[in-house]
Amino acid sequence: MAEKIRKSAKILVFSTEKISDPAIDMAGLLKLHYPPTVYTITLPCSSGIKSRWILHAYEKGFDGVFIAADGSDCVFGESCTEKTGEVVSRTHQLMKQKGIEPARLKMAAICSVCSESFVKQIKSFNEYLLKNTNS
Amino acid sequence: MEKKKIGVYVCHCGGNISDYVDVEKVRQAIEDEGGVMLAKTTMFACSDSNQKEMVDDIKNNDLNGVVVASCSPKLHLTTFGNVSERAGLNKYNYVHANIREQDSWAHSDDKPGATEKAILLVRAAIAKARLTESLEPNKIVAQKAVAIIGGGVAGMKAAIELSNMDCPVYIIEKEFFIGGRVSQWGAMFTTNETGKEVVTRLYNDMIKRANVTVFTGAEVVTNVGSIGDFKLKVKITPRYVKEKCDRGKLQQAIDACPVEVPDEFNFKITNRKAIYHNFPSEYPQAAVIDMNNCTRCGKCEPICDNIDFSQKEEILDIHVGSVLMATGFDPYTPHDGEFGYNEIGNVVTLPQFKRMIELSGKKLRYKGKNVKNIAYIYCVGSRQEEGGNTYCSRYCCTSAIHASLLVKKKFPDVYNYHFNRGIRTYGKQESLYYDSSAQGDIYLQAYEDALPVVSWNGSKTIVKINDILTGGREMEVEADLVVLVTGMVPRADNSVGTLFKLPKGRDKFFNEIHMKLRPVETFIDGVTISGACQGPKNIMESVNSALSAATKSYSYVSKGELETEPIVAVVNPDSCAWCNACSEACPFDAISMTKDGTKSIAMINNSVCKGCGMCLPVCPTDALELIAYSNNEIESMIDALAHD
Repeated sequence: MAEKIRKSAKILVFSTEKISDPAIDMAGLLKLHYPPTVYTITLPCSSGIKSRWILHAYEKGFDGVFIAADGSDCVFGESCTEKTGEVVSRTHQLMKQKGIEPARLKMAAICSVCSESFVKQIKSFNEYLLKNTNS
Repeated sequence: MEKKKIGVYVCHCGGNISDYVDVEKVRQAIEDEGGVMLAKTTMFACSDSNQKEMVDDIKNNDLNGVVVASCSPKLHLTTFGNVSERAGLNKYNYVHANIREQDSWAHSDDKPGATEKAILLVRAAIAKARLTESLEPNKIVAQKAVAIIGGGVAGMKAAIELSNMDCPVYIIEKEFFIGGRVSQWGAMFTTNETGKEVVTRLYNDMIKRANVTVFTGAEVVTNVGSIGDFKLKVKITPRYVKEKCDRGKLQQAIDACPVEVPDEFNFKITNRKAIYHNFPSEYPQAAVIDMNNCTRCGKCEPICDNIDFSQKEEILDIHVGSVLMATGFDPYTPHDGEFGYNEIGNVVTLPQFKRMIELSGKKLRYKGKNVKNIAYIYCVGSRQEEGGNTYCSRYCCTSAIHASLLVKKKFPDVYNYHFNRGIRTYGKQESLYYDSSAQGDIYLQAYEDALPVVSWNGSKTIVKINDILTGGREMEVEADLVVLVTGMVPRADNSVGTLFKLPKGRDKFFNEIHMKLRPVETFIDGVTISGACQGPKNIMESVNSALSAATKSYSYVSKGELETEPIVAVVNPDSCAWCNACSEACPFDAISMTKDGTKSIAMINNSVCKGCGMCLPVCPTDALELIAYSNNEIESMIDALAHD
């Protein structure tokens, strides 16, 4: 039996309390729509995300994980960007070992007013995931 | 762990949530979740009546976990934390689900999808609430001092208020003179007090206070630390003129200076010398040499002994517990050709016009010609189309009409023509509109899609409009002077905001956490905002916000101690094998090595740890967790969200 074609991919977003979460809030305030199958878990800083959480999400059925990173605006310091990048690199390696397509993990710096950027990134990620998971 | 008894409250938020999310369906979907003892919907979770009901529920049912599904936690995390505490429940047992900004509003185009998402978000919050534990906040020392960035009316009023509360204050003003924009205004509504008089009164009150220190020509260049403990480096640019200076000789030195540049204080309608002061009662009363334009010709030095080119730039260290931003605004600068600006010779902005009224003698003249017909064009740089400044600058209708009254009073033979888009002289300011109409001013109005046109016919400037107040008739005025009623924009140089990582809104002004409920707080703990750096405000509104920001800043530092979130890293001594990776990753030096028997393990300094979590992912044995963000909590939330 053919699998059901989904309208939107299931995406877990790791956002940050001070920087990217306000941008995601503002996207709602501005009624900038994105798929309702995008769920956010908020953390203090994107450089504190563990690879095991990301892998757990794939294991439980998420199509993609999006890290809405603090970037250079991080209140905890400039090293956040580099460290979040390292989290992504390490996780990509683990994903490859487990046969998970690394492109299913995406990171972008989302500043506190980058609502439009967030929505654009999420829509494009959703399209990529749909194309690859429905094909 | 004690078995959890959780109360869940799903908010309608009037209709902000329930217009798009079926909140009753959400309630029914989660009422049988493990640990949920009661589940309710509520019209406004934040209302007094619901808060009281929550307190009663927690007490009567002995709840040890609470979930509120409502608006963003940025707005009401503190509210519901306090509700829990009032009921005797440790606030860290309350978990928030954001089903408004991140659900009902974001997915108002997909109601079933929004409802399904709300169910999963609430389930995830319940999953976390099952695992929460009671925590006690960390306590840190708060430096009892506040730095105020900007020495305009808002900054000075905040400084006086903080001084009254016995709090040391440092005013850091980038310009060489205190007073900001208000010092540039002449007579102002409602009292006709001049800007100079208002600034003088505030300055005299402020400067006599021993606990207020004023720095001019000063800029914050670095900022290290956080709430309670901001360490600022402030660069002081020298004036090159000693403060106690012989005025007579100083004037001779100014006269001798061969350099002339447009005077920013008069919005460039006059020139000043490279050695200058703003006006006879500028504060502090000391001239300054503008080294960007000084040619070092040496003509002033032999005349005035107090000119001192040996003065050096200084860097000061200032240690404060809170920072109050009062950096003000810039007037909008029209682009070339906008209503004839910079292309037709007699088009000026409202700030320039106000300086002209102040500086004119018996006749109102511009570029050598008498001015009789004045055309005011409103909403220049405000209420623009999407992509421009869409906001209303609030003060400009009042300011323009007040200027038209002043000019008519000083020069009775002028005629005022107001080309407006609907007059917004709200509150008491409406009386000015009445007075202006009574003195014979003519009001012509247009919509945004048919704005007035300013043109030059070879000998005269013509302003043309299809006036909607007379059924769209084409009207025109031969204007001797066109005044563009320009609005407020954020400071062109707002780099100090970037230094403190302050979020900005769509209008590019600094953004508060919540316009109504937390109007002077920012997402950067310990940094408050006041006055027009936050958005267009008149003086009264700026002073109101300055008093509010001063009180809020004081609340951070008043006790000398601050409670911070107990969200810190913890080490599992069984799995830690001390490899030093966590210590290297920590930007705050909060991790060191200690001995656990014979074994070396990591140790967290709780008073230094900021809870960023940078140490977590680098641990090869997964021996580190962040309180409230443990593996169990995050993975149980993922499990709940993954459930279709």
